[in-house]
Order: sequence, then structure tokens, then C-alpha cells
Amino acid sequence: MKLTALAAGALMIAAPAIADEVAPGDVVFGEYGVVETSLTGVVGDPAAGRDTFANRRLGNCLACHQNSDLANEQFHGNVGPTLDGVGDRWTEANLRGILVNAKNVFPNTMMPAFYVNEGFVNVREDLAGQTILSAQQVEDVVAYLMTLHD
Amino acid sequence: MPGYTRKATLAVLLAGTVMVAPALGDESAELVIDGETLITRAPAPEHMENMSEIMSGWLFRSSETQAVQMDDFDNPGMLYVDEGLDLWNVVEGEAGESCASCHGDAESMAGVRTQMPHVNENGELWAMEDYINNCRTERMGAEAWGWESNEMLSMTTMISYQSRGMPMDVQIDGEAAPYWEQGREMYYTRTGQLNFSCANCHEDNYGNMLRADHLSQGQINGFPVYRLKWAGVGSIHRRLRGCITDTRAETYGRGSDELTALELYVASRGNGLSVEAPSVRN
Ligand code: HEC
Ligand code: HEC
Repeated sequence: MKLTALAAGALMIAAPAIADEVAPGDVVFGEYGVVETSLTGVVGDPAAGRDTFANRRLGNCLACHQNSDLANEQFHGNVGPTLDGVGDRWTEANLRGILVNAKNVFPNTMMPAFYVNEGFVNVREDLAGQTILSAQQVEDVVAYLMTLHD
Repeated sequence: MPGYTRKATLAVLLAGTVMVAPALGDESAELVIDGETLITRAPAPEHMENMSEIMSGWLFRSSETQAVQMDDFDNPGMLYVDEGLDLWNVVEGEAGESCASCHGDAESMAGVRTQMPHVNENGELWAMEDYINNCRTERMGAEAWGWESNEMLSMTTMISYQSRGMPMDVQIDGEAAPYWEQGREMYYTRTGQLNFSCANCHEDNYGNMLRADHLSQGQINGFPVYRLKWAGVGSIHRRLRGCITDTRAETYGRGSDELTALELYVASRGNGLSVEAPSVRN
């Protein structure tokens, strides 16, 4: 029922998701910084999330995290914890919260907030008002993280 | 049981070699150049609250890069020293003077690097480049050099080299205090879309890997450095600009008051480490 409604919506506006997208300022955080509701209403694509995760201009998550699932990629950083098994340790809502704004979950963490677009100091002019990842990219990365089991 | 532990450790080590690949240098190595041992570790200056030991960036580089700096014949930065020595004697400008006509031998510059940047007679904080350009325009009647020009890099490298082995000793109190405070504030302020401060990388995470980069303490006692990535020597301000840009922030111009204040603060975090110019980095 829900799926049909979504699909119909997507068909009608041709550009899927945007209509239902939660703006960065409107994200609702629960206790411990969790974000229960999908940012787009479109189910995340783990394969796309894997690419976003590794891409240096997008997630660049390997800058700080090791991840055995991407052992083919050279150079994994160790500023943050390894993400092996992260899908066992956290719920989807937790992971979405960590991605949107890790500072709500780990105060003062170095991990960037991937779906926040204000409050930065001296942000590069062409990036003002922009988030690092789009809402759908966040959903895709969350879906990917949920596939990481020990 | 012990067998199991052994295996687990091995797996971790193997994973480490595959994924955290770059060759790490020997952090306990000694930097000896021409028979002289340089100070690459020292107790942190009193003003540094969160650290007990300061370490030269040389310690964090691969053994190969370390070796290049240990041999003046291999070190490409030495070409800039030679070039700087030539420029020292060149008469230029309306006054018909060279650096040598006022200062004598280049060796008279020994110790200068250890105190840069410092406050001039007018109470302004100046970097070495500012002092050099002031001599050119006011004393020689010659044109100022560009901050990142070959001439300027050769001159700053040569002058810094005259202090090689001497400990950094910038002034942070008295007239320097407000500049130092400004630089300190900048060091701990998170900037840009990635929201990083200098301290995030160089205080909280030195020794860790950021993708392929082995994070150092971000010291400037080795500057000007020869960087393989730059295929040449670069200034302190070039490096600072790069690190600020990497946080996805707007950065400051070379020679700006902001970068000079930041330079003073960063230099003061290295008080006690030997000047290494020209050092070698990847
Ligand atoms: C600049 C560093 C940095 C980057 C880039 C980064 N992280 Fe993190 N991340 C951290 C740190 C540090 C922590 C540990 C939390 C803390 O500060 O205590 C962390 C924690 C996490 C956790 C919780 C892990 C656990 O087991 O508790 C997840 C999940 C995570 N990051 C996912 C990601 C993803 C996905 C990306 C990219 C889209 C990413 N991170 C990019 C630094 C980073
Ligand atoms: C996101 C990480 C990051 C941030 C933030 C950062 N740097 Fe760096 N910095 C690096 C990396 C990587 C290098 C090259 C490897 C090394 O020496 O650490 C480097 C190198 C340096 C060097 C050269 C050290 C040497 O021995 O050659 C200096 C100086 C420096 N940084 C100062 C700063 C200052 C000052 C700031 C803040 C304005 C800053 N950095 C912010 C990552 C960072």
C-alpha cells in the first residue's frame, strides 16, 4: 500500500524523493541523537552507499575508519574506530543519527556532520548552506552500514 | 587459548598491513646531519596544556624520506640554500647594495630563524619574509619579492639553514602576547564544512593515519621544507593555507596578519626543537 503510494508519487513528479525530503534544519532527533525517520522515504541502496562511503569527495569515510569490506581500497585511516560489524552494534536509527550529526551522539567528536548545513566558521563560500552528503546519500550509506556484520 | 589470541593478533596485524599501507618511518630514529644530532623530541613548552612531548615532523616520515634529509647531497632543498647564498651577494636596487653590504657574511644570520616571527620596532608582528622585503624596499631600493617566489624561498631557506641545529625560541609574551593569543585562538577554532581545528589533527591525532597520511604534530621547525608533492621548497604560509583549505574553509592570503599570527603560535609549540631547514617531506 505504502510502496504503491510512493511509487505513484515518484512517477508523478518525475524527480523522486525530493518532495518528501527532510531539510537539514528539520531533522528530528530522539534520545542519544537517534533519527528514527528516513530523510527521504526512499529505501537506501547499499551498493550506492558503498560507493559514497569510499568516494573521497563524498563520504571519504576511509579517511578515518577501517572497513574490511573495502579491503580492496588502499589506505584506511584509524582516527575513528573500525566499522567492521557496525550493523550489529547499532540500529538503523542510531546510524542515521551518527551520520546526520555525530556530535549529538559523541560530543566534540572529530567526525564531520554529514547532513548539517549551518553553524560552520569560515565555510568555503561555494559550500555555504550545503550539506556534505545529500539526504539520499545519507540513506544509502546507512543502508550500506547495516550490511556490515562481524 | 594462547593459540587463539596469537591468531587474532596476527589477523589484526595483517589487516593493518593491507589497509594502512604506507611505510611508516622509525619514530625512535635520530636525526644526524653532517655528524650533528638535531633535537627532534623535547619537553612541551609550559604554555602547552594538553601535551607533554613535542616531536619533529621528521619522525613521522618514511625511512626513505628521513634518509634524504639526513644527507645534504641528496636533499634537494640544499639547492635553494646555494641559490640563496648567491642572491645574498647580488647588488640590486637604487641604493646599490646587496644583503652582504649591510650584514656581512650569511653566517651572521645564525639564530634568526629561531626567533621568527617576531614583533618589529613598530609593534607589528613580522615573518622572516616581511623583514627580507623591508630590507629590499627600504634599504636597497629594490622591488619586494613575491612571498612564494623562487628568490624569496631561496633566501628564507638559506637564512633558516644558518640556524640549523639551534632550538626554536620564539617570544610569546610582552608585545608578542596579543598576536600569540590570536594565533592560539585560530589553532583551536574548528573551521569549514568539515569542522576541524588544527588541534583535531595535530594534537588529538598525531601518530594516527588519516587515509594515507601519517599525522604529525604539525610543527614548523623544519620550514621551509622541500616537498616531493610540491616538487620544490614551500613557505610556512603555503602549508598553513593548505591545511585550512582541507577543512573546506575560506583560507587567508600569504603574508596576511592572520597567517602570521598563526605562524607565531605554531612556532611556539615547537620551542625547543632544532631548526631543520631545509627539511624534506613527502
Ligand atoms: C575525520 C574523521 C571521521 C570521518 C571522516 C568519519 N568519521 Fe565516523 N567516527 C569518527 C570518530 C573519531 C568516531 C568515534 C566517535 C568518537 O569521537 O568518540 C566515529 C564513529 C563512527 C561510528 C560509530 C562507530 C562505533 O562502532 O561506535 C560510525 C557508524 C561512523 N563513525 C560512521 C562513519 C561514516 C559512515 C563516515 C563517512 C560517511 C564517517 N564515519 C566519517 C571519525 C570520523
Ligand atoms: C584534517 C586534518 C588536518 C587539519 C585540520 C590540519 N592539518 Fe596540518 N597537516 C595535515 C596532514 C595530513 C599533514 C601532512 C602530514 C603531517 O605532517 O601531519 C599536515 C601537515 C602540517 C604541517 C607540516 C608539518 C611538517 O612537519 O612538515 C603543518 C605546519 C601543519 N600541518 C599545520 C596545521 C595548522 C596550523 C592547522 C590549522 C590551521 C592544521 N595543520 C590543520 C592534516 C591536517
